[in-house]
Amino acid sequence: MERYFKAIDEFSLRFTDGVIRYRWTVLLLAILVTVGFSRGMGGLEFASNYRTFFSDENPELSAFEDLQATYTKNDNILFVVESISDVEKQTAFTSYTLDAVEKLTAEAWKIPYAIRVDSVTNFQYTKAIGDELIVTDLVIDAKNLTPSELLLRKEISLNEPLLVNNLVTPSGVVTAVNVVLQYPEASVLEVPEAVLAARELRERIEAEFSGVNISLTGVSMLNNAFSEVGLQDAGSLTPLMFLVILTMSWLILRFFAGTIVIFLVVAFSTVVGMGAAGFFGVKLTPISMSASTVILTLAVADSIHILISLRALMREGLTKSEAISEAVRLNFMPVAITSITTIVGFLALNFSDSPPFWHLGNITAVGILAAWLFSITLLPAMISLLPVNIKMTKETEWTQRVMGSLADFVISNFRKILVVSSLVVLVFSGFIPTISFNDQWVEYFDTSIEFRRESDQALKNFGLYPIEFSVPALNTGGVSEPEYLNYLEEFTDFLSTQPEVLHVYSITDVMKRLNKNMHGDDEDFYRIPDSRELSAQYLLLYELSLPYGLDLNDRINVDKSATRVTAMLQKASTSETKNFLDSSRKWMAQNLPEYMQSQPTSAQVMFTYITERNIHNMIFGTGVAILAIALIMMVALRSLRLGLLSMMPNTLPLLMTFGAWALLFGEVGFSVATVASISLGIIVDDTVHFLSKYVRAKNEKGLSAEESIRYAFSSVGVAIVVNTIILISGFLVLTASAFKMNVDLGLMTIFSILFALLLDFLLLPALLLVIDREKTADL
Amino acid sequence: MSLIKKYIVDIRLIVFISALLGIQLDINTVLAESLEEKGFNLAARSDRSDRGFGDSETEMTMILRNAAGKSASRTLRFTTLEVPDESIGDKSLILFSTPRDIEGTALLSHAKMLAPDNQWLYLPALKRVKRISSKNKSGPFVGSEFAFEDFTASELNKFKYSYLKQEVCENLTCDVIERTPLYDNSGYTKQIAWVDSTDYQLRKIEFYDRKGSLLKELIFEDYRIYEEKYWRPHRLVMKNLQTKKSSDLVYGEYKFKVGLTDIDFVKGRLPGLR
Repeated sequence: MERYFKAIDEFSLRFTDGVIRYRWTVLLLAILVTVGFSRGMGGLEFASNYRTFFSDENPELSAFEDLQATYTKNDNILFVVESISDVEKQTAFTSYTLDAVEKLTAEAWKIPYAIRVDSVTNFQYTKAIGDELIVTDLVIDAKNLTPSELLLRKEISLNEPLLVNNLVTPSGVVTAVNVVLQYPEASVLEVPEAVLAARELRERIEAEFSGVNISLTGVSMLNNAFSEVGLQDAGSLTPLMFLVILTMSWLILRFFAGTIVIFLVVAFSTVVGMGAAGFFGVKLTPISMSASTVILTLAVADSIHILISLRALMREGLTKSEAISEAVRLNFMPVAITSITTIVGFLALNFSDSPPFWHLGNITAVGILAAWLFSITLLPAMISLLPVNIKMTKETEWTQRVMGSLADFVISNFRKILVVSSLVVLVFSGFIPTISFNDQWVEYFDTSIEFRRESDQALKNFGLYPIEFSVPALNTGGVSEPEYLNYLEEFTDFLSTQPEVLHVYSITDVMKRLNKNMHGDDEDFYRIPDSRELSAQYLLLYELSLPYGLDLNDRINVDKSATRVTAMLQKASTSETKNFLDSSRKWMAQNLPEYMQSQPTSAQVMFTYITERNIHNMIFGTGVAILAIALIMMVALRSLRLGLLSMMPNTLPLLMTFGAWALLFGEVGFSVATVASISLGIIVDDTVHFLSKYVRAKNEKGLSAEESIRYAFSSVGVAIVVNTIILISGFLVLTASAFKMNVDLGLMTIFSILFALLLDFLLLPALLLVIDREKTADL
Repeated sequence: MSLIKKYIVDIRLIVFISALLGIQLDINTVLAESLEEKGFNLAARSDRSDRGFGDSETEMTMILRNAAGKSASRTLRFTTLEVPDESIGDKSLILFSTPRDIEGTALLSHAKMLAPDNQWLYLPALKRVKRISSKNKSGPFVGSEFAFEDFTASELNKFKYSYLKQEVCENLTCDVIERTPLYDNSGYTKQIAWVDSTDYQLRKIEFYDRKGSLLKELIFEDYRIYEEKYWRPHRLVMKNLQTKKSSDLVYGEYKFKVGLTDIDFVKGRLPGLR
């Protein structure tokens, strides 16, 4: 055992000697490596598609892709038009507002990648006059419509199931224009291009019609918001992070060279991590973008431990070069272990079902690897080059005295501590089952993001969360079968009565209207046609009369063997959506024939199940990480007992974190699943530092358990506290993100770091006393 | 090449004379007018190569494919009556035979240049002829990527023309002409047509949508000549480049001068066709 630690010490001394002898070469190499990696950063782009949150294997995603290949893509931009002038507040059916909608509709066709535009003005209104079927835009030349003509159009709209709650509110006050887009998906710039055009169009219309207010939302706006929030975060968080690090390291180290060196180490590590991402062609998301903040935070840790030791040693009277070698020697193994365990924790993110978390994990892992290597090469090299002015002093710092008292307290009260901390952990863990999941994509963004504000506005009147069903018929052309259409109508009615549903889009409403039209607009015929041939021929007739872009291809599949039914949810949490999905599945199973069974799909369905899917995957991933880290600890500390023991202070903070979260917030998004493995890799560090000092004292100096605990507290206690403060400030910066997942991630990590500090200072030494005292008693 | 040279000489001459007469002439206007004329003339030559066919009849199969690769087909009989007056469109009659659900459904159309076509549809299940009153011309025909006007005779006076260039197409030389629909409710902002300079037949058309993006591409294949002067393509392949959906139209043998007259193209004849 002693030989093993001695070998590491000797290696570290020789290594540091080498680094200092070739310090200029080391410096040059570090710069060259960083510059090399920085070239990768040029290739970084922000993903502009929510699909990047789902892996290719995600079954909900592939079901949704199938639906979209069968019908039409459902990327959209929704313009919500509200009249704001007082006189016209009561209705959108004024020549002024409809003129605005008509112009908006015509111009919206020109938005890049737009393939379809629907509004109350271009709604294909059908009516019968004798044996003539008239198909026309509902509103033409709104400016010149008389009050009675306007009233007629209002009545038609408010009685049309395809329009009410979809493109016009039941009161007729607010109306919407929906633009469907189909992107070639060749470049990430397509979505921003369409969004820019939509915003310009909105401005033009608002400028021409000062009496209307237009809000923009929809899937394309969401996709664009992902890259906008990422850019905003990158612009605000990274500089803030640098500022925090510089301030903190100055306050803690209080020597200039140290601050400079820390700055360089963290900056270089971040460049290497992000550059590697660029080389691997990673598409950035707000989540993977947070890797830069995470690297900045964690990269400080290694350097700060070494520099704190350096400072303490120089205060004891060592020369700078002696102090460098000694500081590196003391920290060589802990820094290696903490880096490796943190890397393991982040690599475990690859078990997630969501690619942005793989990217976050891998980018951070590379960055931490770089930080580790820089802190044992670039750091000593730079320190030996820079002037370091630390005076020798016999005075003990107050922090050391605090640590001394803390050690005494723990040693004399260890039994009480064991009881109390076990109770606290149990109580907190008890609350974990009360946590509920919620992933509503609009709420991923805070109100500093335009998309969130406008979507909130739009959500007051319209739904944003479509659920799609592709309902199969018995055979080719079977969608015209009366049995099929009657069942479909029942299904449509069922969906409409669900509390979460605002609107249902179904072909049955078209069929009933055509049947009525074909019978001289007789209301008695507003029902499903009696024969398959009749329905098929109505469809043929209807399709012949529809204009370009407004066909039924997005509702009926190519061989007319299935139709698409869309239920629009207004504002439904994940659990409400799940209830809705479950009850529709149940209803279908009980009421529809075998051949008509269908699975709901859509982005909302994907987000509904992603939390469960991720938690399921990450429980396994975190389990693997816990075992791997325990194994690393056993090998590094050369002790099976201590390795196993370390699992306690490593995993209990996670349980406490989730419990505390359940108590304080109660609700969480899918980022929760990944918090465990991220936090694990970080909180392990405290345990590693404490245990490695404890082992060193016991083995190298032959001290008793109590004395070793005092030694550990005095040599590493301050560094652990300082490190905790830095980590908390770093993750606090992350909570300033405009993206909720990052905020949650940051907050939860802060919780776990705090709990870890408590347990490492109280529970860990208490446990050590229990096992090591028993051992001495046995001997 | 020589043609272009000739035009340039013409333009120079016009500019020179105008200058002599003290008229300020923008050379671009002159050029544009000439290109317009040239485009029109080439289109007219193509359109008129067909003149005098009288009436024709053929069977067609339409194959529709979606982005997922699933397909469906319809078969129909297509008869056309030539209307010699270029300011009025031809008359056509389409009788559906499959799928079974629409067997016997018949569509009669009297094409107009700049006004909505007159269309009547016979629905056998309803046993009634319904007149369709719609301004829409570029809507999809029975769920395909073809608009009705895309595969019926191309009418000279529906468009404004502009000559673009001459280029090789397959093993022929083609004149490339831009044509802008004159009809207000057209879904297209422009079309670019390739007309070969040997037989004056359409080889390809690109359709541009309201935002000016390329929407669809139509390729004419398998041209066969009838009565030594009437060329007919036997396969039309239409690809929607935005939605990745596509439709083929495969024609059977054409029969010409089967003895159809105006009286066969009135709505009263629709019931009982087979």
